Amino acid sequence: MSDYQNFGSKDTRSGFGEALLELGRQYPDVVALCADLTGSLKMDAFAKAFPARFIQVGIAEANMMGIAAGLTIGGKIPFTGTFANFSTARVYDQIRQSIAYSNKNVKICASHAGITLGEDGATHQSLEDIGMMKMLPNMTVINPCDFNQTHAATLAIAKHVGPVYLRFGRPKWPNFTPADQEFIIGKALLLKEGNDVSIFATGHLVWNSLQAAKQLNEQGIHAEVIDIHTIKPLDAERILSSVRKTGCVVSAEEHMRNGGLGDSIAQLIVRECPVPMEMVAINDHFGESGKPEELLKKYKLDIPDIVAAAVNVIERKKKK
Amino acid sequence: MQSIQNLEKIATQVRRDIIRMVHGASSGHVGGPMGSADFLVALYFEIMQPDPHHFSMDGVGEDIFFLSNGHLSAGWYSVLARYGYFDFKELATFRKMGSRLQGHPACHEGLPGIRMSSGSLGQGLSVSIGAALAKKLNKDEHLVYCLMGDGELEEGQNWEALMLAPAHEVDNLIAVVDYNGQQIDGPVDAVLPLGDLEEKFTSFGWKVLTMYGNDMTEVVDTLKKAQWFTNQGKPVMVLMKTHMGYGVDFMTDNHEWHGVPPNDEQMKIALSQLQETLGDY
Repeated sequence: MSDYQNFGSKDTRSGFGEALLELGRQYPDVVALCADLTGSLKMDAFAKAFPARFIQVGIAEANMMGIAAGLTIGGKIPFTGTFANFSTARVYDQIRQSIAYSNKNVKICASHAGITLGEDGATHQSLEDIGMMKMLPNMTVINPCDFNQTHAATLAIAKHVGPVYLRFGRPKWPNFTPADQEFIIGKALLLKEGNDVSIFATGHLVWNSLQAAKQLNEQGIHAEVIDIHTIKPLDAERILSSVRKTGCVVSAEEHMRNGGLGDSIAQLIVRECPVPMEMVAINDHFGESGKPEELLKKYKLDIPDIVAAAVNVIERKKKK
Repeated sequence: MQSIQNLEKIATQVRRDIIRMVHGASSGHVGGPMGSADFLVALYFEIMQPDPHHFSMDGVGEDIFFLSNGHLSAGWYSVLARYGYFDFKELATFRKMGSRLQGHPACHEGLPGIRMSSGSLGQGLSVSIGAALAKKLNKDEHLVYCLMGDGELEEGQNWEALMLAPAHEVDNLIAVVDYNGQQIDGPVDAVLPLGDLEEKFTSFGWKVLTMYGNDMTEVVDTLKKAQWFTNQGKPVMVLMKTHMGYGVDFMTDNHEWHGVPPNDEQMKIALSQLQETLGDY
């Protein structure tokens, strides 16, 4: 399989913003709500094109979630926009009762997720959001890997009936998935085939995992790289077929180890196919200010960390 | 149009239902639903008059209601059943395993009349604003009603919602505060005083009406007046003074009856003060 090319780095949030505008044109029932972060969420084009369908709620995220839930009664498809921390932790009970338990068709769109938010520091770096959202019954949880995939995912969730958490980020990041690739919720994407180790990654770390696989290849290790853009529902079939082939697993994500993608995969393989596993994730620690690349390095989410995890897990497999 | 006497008869039966349901479940809330029973009866049987036989989640083309203080569920279920949304015999299942009548309202249980789960306080006004905005987008001229508790106003989300509704001219919304002055730990003024609510709501930009909520004539008249004030640029707030536990002397104005079921003896005395008007379930 050929190497993936970066078509030109772009922020995933812009993929969301562009798709939201398209949805506005396509679906008269799509409405957008924002809590004073229209520019950051790239929702300004929608707000300008469809002022009657854009609701600026001010810095009041709890109210935003409630209003979004209410808008579904009347057939609207609300997309809420704010940072990941304010989309989840700040409004967890509102989401739990008025959206998830009530099973309302709200799309919770969360930017600036993960440690690559960078300089704003730990208060804004949401590293727990996947865990919180995946614990809620009825909730679909999606973390696309690049601009094109975020664009496609945004279009896809409008057609899906039910609550969705869509997580994306702030920095410009390699854009490498095909622009015309269909986004199927719950269907993991095999990006690179290999027999020695399965690397399951989500979000920005999918690109890092591909780079890690390239380096591993130079050492004669053939890693399989699978993009788990949908953390819930998890593509158990795809994951297990890869694990049965490779016999060991690395997960990679910009999230706490507790509650993240690795946690979901571990739960699956411990039941179905126990094999050695390493998790590239934040280990029970808050973030801090810094450049994204510095933070990835410090918190061991960088390409060499994925390479090391793969080498390590293959060693463990051999010892078994 | 319903006669006031008829509405009062229905409200008395609703109060009987509440006592019997909470007694039957050995748990639940009697005080709040007893106090707001007159309002809920007037709202369904006289003011909104939705179609109980063709319930749709979207509620397009009819007035819709949200109960923010979900612990008033016994009263709401009784009103929904007595109005015809479902067989009133189902009231006997309240709070029991497998029932559609969950302890707090659950909209996914398939109980017609319920569009939003509630129970965790402070969320209903935001939801009602959303539903009202959806009606505006749909060019649906019907109204959205919301009932909230007074103690519930201690939740901060309400004040976000109270700020937003006037700013966005959500003038197809009538919110009602059940102002009984009681909450679980004691009188509201002792737990966390709300101050001058009329002044607060007015300064936030709401059109505020006040009424005594345990007089059917006044309830009907004030709600009709509230309707008249809709579509004039401001959301409408009705401050409804009620007595918690109204209808049974030893429950009235006593915060200890917020969430305690009556025992057999207490139920007997309570029911002796509430005439069976429509037939018990």
